[in-house]
This record gives sequence, C-alpha cells and structure tokens, in this order.
Amino acid sequence: MTEKLSATNLTLIRGERCLFQELDFALNPGELLLLKGQNGSGKTSLLRAIAGMLSLESGEIFWNEAPVLQQRQEFHGALVWLAHKTGLKGDLTLVENLRFEASLRPQSDNDLAVVCERVGISRLKRLPLRSLSAGQQRRVALARLVLADVPLWLLDEPFTSLDRDGRHLVTQLVEEHLTSGGMCVMAAHQDVEINATVHRVSL
Amino acid sequence: MKATNPKQPSIFASLIAITRRDLLLALRRPGDILNPLFFFAMVCTLFPLAVGPGAEQLTLSGPGVLWVAALLATLLSLNSLFMSDHEDGSLDQLLVSPQPLPILALGKMIAHWLTTGLPLVLISPLLAMTYRMPVDVIGVLMLTLLLGTVCLSLLGSIGAALTVGLHRGTALLSLLILPLAMPVLLLGASTVSLAADSELYATGIWALGAYAVLALSLAPYATAAALRISNE
Repeated sequence: MTEKLSATNLTLIRGERCLFQELDFALNPGELLLLKGQNGSGKTSLLRAIAGMLSLESGEIFWNEAPVLQQRQEFHGALVWLAHKTGLKGDLTLVENLRFEASLRPQSDNDLAVVCERVGISRLKRLPLRSLSAGQQRRVALARLVLADVPLWLLDEPFTSLDRDGRHLVTQLVEEHLTSGGMCVMAAHQDVEINATVHRVSL
Repeated sequence: MKATNPKQPSIFASLIAITRRDLLLALRRPGDILNPLFFFAMVCTLFPLAVGPGAEQLTLSGPGVLWVAALLATLLSLNSLFMSDHEDGSLDQLLVSPQPLPILALGKMIAHWLTTGLPLVLISPLLAMTYRMPVDVIGVLMLTLLLGTVCLSLLGSIGAALTVGLHRGTALLSLLILPLAMPVLLLGASTVSLAADSELYATGIWALGAYAVLALSLAPYATAAALRISNE
C-alpha cells in the first residue's frame, strides 16, 4: 500500500479567531502541499495539527486512510518536522546533535560526511552549535531532513535565514525527495518554484 | 496498515541516547549541577551557626534540617528540567518522535537524578557530621536520601512538565509538587530520627522504597501526558 496523507473538514479556532475552516486536502507520493498565507494566518498551527500536536475544533487527519491520532507512533516514524525553532542543542556539536536524532528516527543510508558536505556545514563539525550563525544552524536542520529515512517532510518556512545558495539548496532537496516518492508539506509566505505536482492551500 | 519501519531504533537505544544527551549537556554547563548542591550545603552549614552549637540541639534537628534542605534543593532544580528543551524547540521534536514519550521522559528523569539527586546523597555524610551524627545513622540518612531523591526527581518531573510553558513557573511547580513530596519528607526525616534514637526504622525504608516504585511506574506516563497538554 502506498503512503497517503489526507485531511477532511479541518477547522481550527484559537482564542476568538477562526484560523481556517472546512479545509480538505489529499497528498500522494511525489506531491507537495504548499500552505500559503500571511504572517499569523495559521500556517504553523496547521503544520502542528498535522503533526498531531494541536487538537482541532473539527475534522480529522488521515495517514494511509487511518486517523493519525490512533497510530501516533507509526505516523511519527514516517515524518520529520523542520520547525521554526530548529530543535538542536546549542551546547552540543553538530555531530552529537545528528547522532541523537539518529537514535530516535529511522535513518537513510546517506553518509553523514557526504550530507554535511552537501549542505555546506562540513567545516563546522567540531564547533558547539551556539557558535554557528542562524543560517548555518538552519543548514544543520536541513541535514537532519536528508539523513532521516521517512516519506513525509513537514517544513515550516524552510527558507528562513538562508542565503541564496541555501534557498536553492532547499528547493533542490525538496525536489529530490519528491522525485524519490516522498511527500512534503511546506508553509511559506513567498512564492516557491518547485518542479513537481503542487497543491496549494491559501490560509 | 504499514508495519513499523525496520530501521526504527529500539526503545532501549532511545532511552540510553536521551539520558546520555542530558548528561552531556549537564557536563557542558556544570553550573546547573552545582547550584542545588551549593544551596544544600549552604542551608546545612548555616543552620548550626544560627541555632548555636549545642550538641543536643544539633542531634535533634539534624535529620529534619538535612531532609528539608535536600527537598528544597531538588525543587529548585526541577524548573529547568524541560525549560531549555522547550526554548530551543527540541521538546517539540521529542513530541513528534516515533519513540514512546514516557520512555523519553524517563530518560530525562534518570539524567536529572544522576546530576542532582545523586550528588546530594554523596555530599550528605560530610554535612551530617556537622550535626554530630553517628556513622551508622549517616548510613541510614544516605539510604533514605537515595530513595527520597529518586521519588522527588520522578514526581517533580510531572510538575515540571505541567508548568513548562509558563514564565516563572517555579512557585506554581513547588505548590503542585509539595503535596506529593510531603510523604517523602515525613518518611525520610522520621526514619533518620528513629535510627538516631536507636529504635526500629526499617519500616520507613520499605515505605520509601514502595513510594519510589510507585513513582517509577506512574510518573513517566503522567509526565508524558502533561507534556502533551502543555505543548498544545
């Protein structure tokens, strides 16, 4: 059975504001779901809801046709989430951070050194993460995506604090992931040029 | 339904990994370990100065003072248990990890005990001597502190998980935890007092042990549930 992420009739209310209502989507392998909207329009909230960290007013999210909340562990084993905060430890080095990640989640056969070279952080291996710039830390978080062996990527503003090469790298990585049969949900406030089937949701 | 990915790391590996990570972080920031230890040592050494060096007074108050100081030192350290993970987003990453959250929480509790509870137990004999405690009573003190600090690290993590999103949650955390910590304090201090009076004290040790086992079996689940609630 092939993987599939879908949602029906999602409604989320935070405080007094309705962020989105009756939202549906379906995502098949090789496809990208692009969440567009202004700051504060609920992109991050939707991503958190997909990850199962936020309870919705109504609606349900399905992974392989079964509700996510009934198979949280399997679903979390199939996704990796690049959040606004990188979730990396400033006091640990890049390798220590990535190794810890490897003890939680299935890892691909990609070699750590090769991936570090690819995302341009191989010179920084011995430094504690706090001494790296914001863009370099985002690159470490990108390495975490590539190293994970999971079908679904959740990306929250993946272009933040990256230079032009970095932004190009993100596009390339996402395209490669989609070509190899992966899925991706991306929240972005700017236009994204990606060569794949793109579903757009405006929030 | 698709079976779990065969490449998925084992639960045991993730438990070891998170304990190791937290120990490594504590070593990189030794101040976090030393703070509660300093507090414990300071309270225990200042008390005799304040009440006077009378031998009888000191032997009487020793067990109580040592135990109250240990309890407060542990409470002070609990606030930071999930704080830095919350701030840098790694708590969110733990919440979406495919490993069972209670196991990850347990790993953090183990690391917390190894960096705060265990050092307290280890320096307690030195401080107990200030209170003219005989050697065999010091043994009982260490045993009760050993079991007691395990209880406090486990129970305290529930409170730490509930207050993780709050600014200045220390007061609330203490308030939440104190009712659960009270039996530990009463049992611990009275057991040491009984031992000092050469009376039977084994019941207290067994009761503390039972409390520790109860905490060990329930606290990871309660902490995991609390983390999910406070991170909504």
